[in-house]
Amino acid sequence: MTEHSASNETRKAPESAAAEMDAARREFMRNIAAASVLSLGGGLTLYAAAPREALAKKPGEPLDPKKRWGMLIDTTKCTSGCEKCVEACKKENGWEAEPGSRTDVQWIRKVDVKDPATGFMASLPVMRQHCANPPCVDVCPTGASMQRADGIVQVNMHTCIGCRYCMMACPYKARSFVHEDIPEERKRFHAPMGKGCVTSCNFCAHRVDSGRIPACAEACPEGAMLFGDLNDPNSAISQRLKEIPSYQIRADLGTDNGIRYTRLP
Amino acid sequence: MKKRTHYELLQSGAGYYTALIGMGLLIVAGLAATWYMEHYGHIVTGMSNEIVWGMPHVFAVFMIVAASGVLNVASIGTVFGKAPYKPLGRLSAVMAAAVLAGGLMILVLDLGRPDRLIVAMTKYNFKSIFAWNIYLYNGFFAVVLLYLYTQLSSKAGVRRFYKPAGTLAFVWRLILTTGTGSIFGWLVARQAYDLAIFAPMFIALSFSFGLAVFILLMVALMRGDDRAVGHELVARMGRLLGVFVASAAYFTIVWMLTDLYAAEHRSAVAYLFASGNIYSWLYWVGFIGLGTIAPLLLVFSNSARSSHAPVITAALLVILGGMALMYFIIIGGQSYPLVLFPGMEESSSFNDGMIASYAPSLPEILLGLGGVAVAVTITLVAAKTLHILPTTLADAEVDPHLAAEAEGAGLKKAA
Amino acid sequence: MRAIRQGMTAALLGGVVFAAVLGVAQAGDLAPKVPIDKSKGDCVLPGDQMRKQHMNILMHRRDDTMFNGVRGGKRSLQACLTCHMVKDETTGKPVTIESPKHFCRVCHDFTAVKVDCWSCHKSVPEETATQAMLKDGKLGGTGSMFARLRGFVQGGAND
Repeated sequence: MTEHSASNETRKAPESAAAEMDAARREFMRNIAAASVLSLGGGLTLYAAAPREALAKKPGEPLDPKKRWGMLIDTTKCTSGCEKCVEACKKENGWEAEPGSRTDVQWIRKVDVKDPATGFMASLPVMRQHCANPPCVDVCPTGASMQRADGIVQVNMHTCIGCRYCMMACPYKARSFVHEDIPEERKRFHAPMGKGCVTSCNFCAHRVDSGRIPACAEACPEGAMLFGDLNDPNSAISQRLKEIPSYQIRADLGTDNGIRYTRLP
Repeated sequence: MKKRTHYELLQSGAGYYTALIGMGLLIVAGLAATWYMEHYGHIVTGMSNEIVWGMPHVFAVFMIVAASGVLNVASIGTVFGKAPYKPLGRLSAVMAAAVLAGGLMILVLDLGRPDRLIVAMTKYNFKSIFAWNIYLYNGFFAVVLLYLYTQLSSKAGVRRFYKPAGTLAFVWRLILTTGTGSIFGWLVARQAYDLAIFAPMFIALSFSFGLAVFILLMVALMRGDDRAVGHELVARMGRLLGVFVASAAYFTIVWMLTDLYAAEHRSAVAYLFASGNIYSWLYWVGFIGLGTIAPLLLVFSNSARSSHAPVITAALLVILGGMALMYFIIIGGQSYPLVLFPGMEESSSFNDGMIASYAPSLPEILLGLGGVAVAVTITLVAAKTLHILPTTLADAEVDPHLAAEAEGAGLKKAA
Repeated sequence: MRAIRQGMTAALLGGVVFAAVLGVAQAGDLAPKVPIDKSKGDCVLPGDQMRKQHMNILMHRRDDTMFNGVRGGKRSLQACLTCHMVKDETTGKPVTIESPKHFCRVCHDFTAVKVDCWSCHKSVPEETATQAMLKDGKLGGTGSMFARLRGFVQGGAND
């Protein structure tokens, strides 16, 4: 943590002293609580490690371009019919979708996959893959489809003209077009989306920016979604990726996804 | 003995204004459809998260492709020095710009946020083929207007640059169509696209669509204004159309065979070309049958030399077949699901692994027709205000060789 | 006839001049006042500067958030909405952009400038995770308790 507080001093956000004191107080609370969470037991280490790592960035501070956020999804723990991650995302980001709807926004969905030759079945969550080489960013004429320096791919809806070329280009069907007005009560402050723009998972950037983990990862009852910094060799996710084989959806396309799976059908 | 071509403005008859009013009504209907779609959102259209580009794009891509092909008529005269096409250079340039404007209008008005067009014009992602196309389209207008200026100017110093300007316009239009084709060809994730052949295929398609559109509008304008159009001229353009139509079909066949050969793409291509769904019908009956074979029979028939009817029918069929092919490429290509897990069966609440259905809605079609009307209106107004339409296109006036050929054909027939 | 026309022209001109003078004199009073809760502190800049600069500040912040992930603090949109919130007299709830009393509309209706923010953005401040938790009080099973604890521990960007 010392390294992080040092970087905090070098890049002070132009906010009032009160806000800074507030941030410091929150930081203190977090450290105390993180310590107590750590002491809860060995089984919970994964939970504690992920948020602590994410805590690197405090509100009001710019993101760290040395990081690359990613997620390792343990598909062996994921069961068909469990929609906890999807429900959490809906609640967090304010979208609703009728199952099978062709026009509703969906940021994450559970895909059931079956091998017709062997009958092997698997179920896994698919959301935006946060590629290192995202085709959607390549094709967007205005640069609205963008990649943050820390690897998060998102739509800058301020410059999206709604041409939908990114939806043609995305290999993962990760994007939705907002086909109608979103009522005020469904809007989320940190996840604005509006009629006529393309929208998609942004790795809960608002949470990541304040040191939290994405809502889906937090909600998974199996702890099957491990979020962290792929560029930090000491992060929990990097350590785990070093130990076990992991796969990307359509790795053949060379998009180098930030989302990895422990097993793909 | 080459005669000098004279150009005259259209007469202001009742027919002219009726046509103009009719087009105006179509434009109003298109704008009303736009307002409806933008007010309620794309939920009122047939488009969805699977079929993200619908009927407006079928119209728009057809017109953008056709626009660059319309300019070919001018290029054949200017760049390749074919005398019979020279009198048509002005009309060809104007019509090319008009058809492109109509197509772009459709594309722009279908955007989710057409009010942000200024963003598209000020913020560019230079890695995007779409952004390049914005430059190519705007540049096309500039180049074509420059080319038109060298043709219309009364200054000999300006007219001198007629050939370089025409060559620039020809090269520009080839690059433009390459860009349009690559919009689809560079979509690596889509089973039905992702082939470099889309660029040359679109160029071949632009040759045939453009010439068909040009023949129709040219004959309509000339005959509507009681001006002579030579049979041999139209027959000659018809035979050229035949060559273009055949080469366009050739490219689509190579596309089909290439994908059929690769096991990875086989199921997608089998789905499109040979599964008996609407798309297979549109391809084989619409594009190959009506849009390729029928026009070929018509333009190379003997009656094409003595009557306009076969070539005009052929041009209409090429347009019809072209629209069918555009629907096949754009809608059909999207309706095949993205393959996330090759060889697996997928299912989800987001319709993974499902064939997407699509039914065009009325507003989409009205917007498309509105764009067509814009193109026709611009051409009509230009023909009334600029000296672009030759006073006569009678074979003897256009090219003595043509007259001789026509005469020869007549003698043969008589014998 | 000519006299009448000249008279009318003069009257019209006089009227325009009078209206212009009145307008200038009254401008300060006519311009709407943006509602603000000063108990939460001062705005980013004094009011007369905010009137000219707010769009630039918002735009700058917007890009800082999109590209650099800068969130929270005084310049955040959430902070604007919190201090400038107007509560409905009957329901006691913050008014949305649907109401002409919304602080943005107070001025923007007057100047007839339509903004593009609210088709996507929420126009009232949102309860943060911590606030929501304190409000509904109850704690569920151990799983949700853990989640709540974590939510509290981690805090939020918009606290």
